[in-house]
Amino acid sequence: MIGVGKIKQYSNVLDKPLNKGKQEVSLSAFAFLFSELVQYNQTQVDNIAELERRLEDAGYAVGARVLELLCHRERGNRRETRLLGILSFVHSTVWKILFGKVADSLEKGTEHEDEYMISEKELLVNRFISIPKDMGTFNCGAFVAGIVRGVLDGSGFPAVVTAHFVPMEGQQRPRTTILIKFAEEVLRREARLGG
Amino acid sequence: MAAAAAIYSLFIINKSGGLIYYKDYGSAGRMDTNDSLRVASLWHSMHAISQQLSPIVGCSGIELLEADTFDLHCFQSLTGTKFFVVCEPGTLQMDALLKVIYELYTDYVLKNPFYEMEMPIRCELFDLNLSQAVQKDRVALLGR
Repeated sequence: MIGVGKIKQYSNVLDKPLNKGKQEVSLSAFAFLFSELVQYNQTQVDNIAELERRLEDAGYAVGARVLELLCHRERGNRRETRLLGILSFVHSTVWKILFGKVADSLEKGTEHEDEYMISEKELLVNRFISIPKDMGTFNCGAFVAGIVRGVLDGSGFPAVVTAHFVPMEGQQRPRTTILIKFAEEVLRREARLGG
Repeated sequence: MAAAAAIYSLFIINKSGGLIYYKDYGSAGRMDTNDSLRVASLWHSMHAISQQLSPIVGCSGIELLEADTFDLHCFQSLTGTKFFVVCEPGTLQMDALLKVIYELYTDYVLKNPFYEMEMPIRCELFDLNLSQAVQKDRVALLGR
């Protein structure tokens, strides 16, 4: 979880209990590290789509690990097998452990059956980031989209996950929406399992 | 109305004296681009000279310049970036405002992966939060 606080120091990482709850790291430390991650990846690519993909891959690795840890810590070594179950797991449990709060909203796409959206008024990774005009619709939330994809993929719900800025009426800043588009097989399985 | 124009302008200069941010507030003392660049590098040199000439050992340079028509408050960060505001004579708490601006700079400029060090600042979030901070300061001044 990111925020300001103290954590107990263990000389050996293996002594640290896995199921120990709340731990916080400095927001500034995270912001600088994330900034460096973006800058490093920027030097490795020649277009914005590629940068987005690299950030997503970095997030994917985080998601896969977070899933393992949370299944053990929060759910007694069980994981969600139903679509709505895994979505609310991402929206509340995962969000809470990473960002200290549940996501602002979880909605079903209106046009397509296989689309779900997690929206956040101010995504933590974007708090200090201003996207230059020449980068168009690029969103550093791609990293968070990668985390979500990592969690979903790890639990057997393959999906395409993307991050978008959505302008809000009466707000100066757009909000970030994480769009989840599940693979066909996931919906087929869900239909077979029934309500 | 006098309090509303308390701050005339804000400058941020990098450690080599280049102007990286300039903003006008109110109509008094408005400058064109060339003039603002000139003021920035002039202040940079004067600041450096004052440090050398000061009789006090370990002097960190001019913090306040008082003229008939304006006050100039300057804050230099440890890395040599200078923030200074030109304001109405006798405006109070400008050093506190400069600290706030420095904090905004560290948050919204230095933590932004798309900002290049020592280059002009073009960050939407910095502009947004800066205008809020200045606005708040004005409200405080009006409330006096």
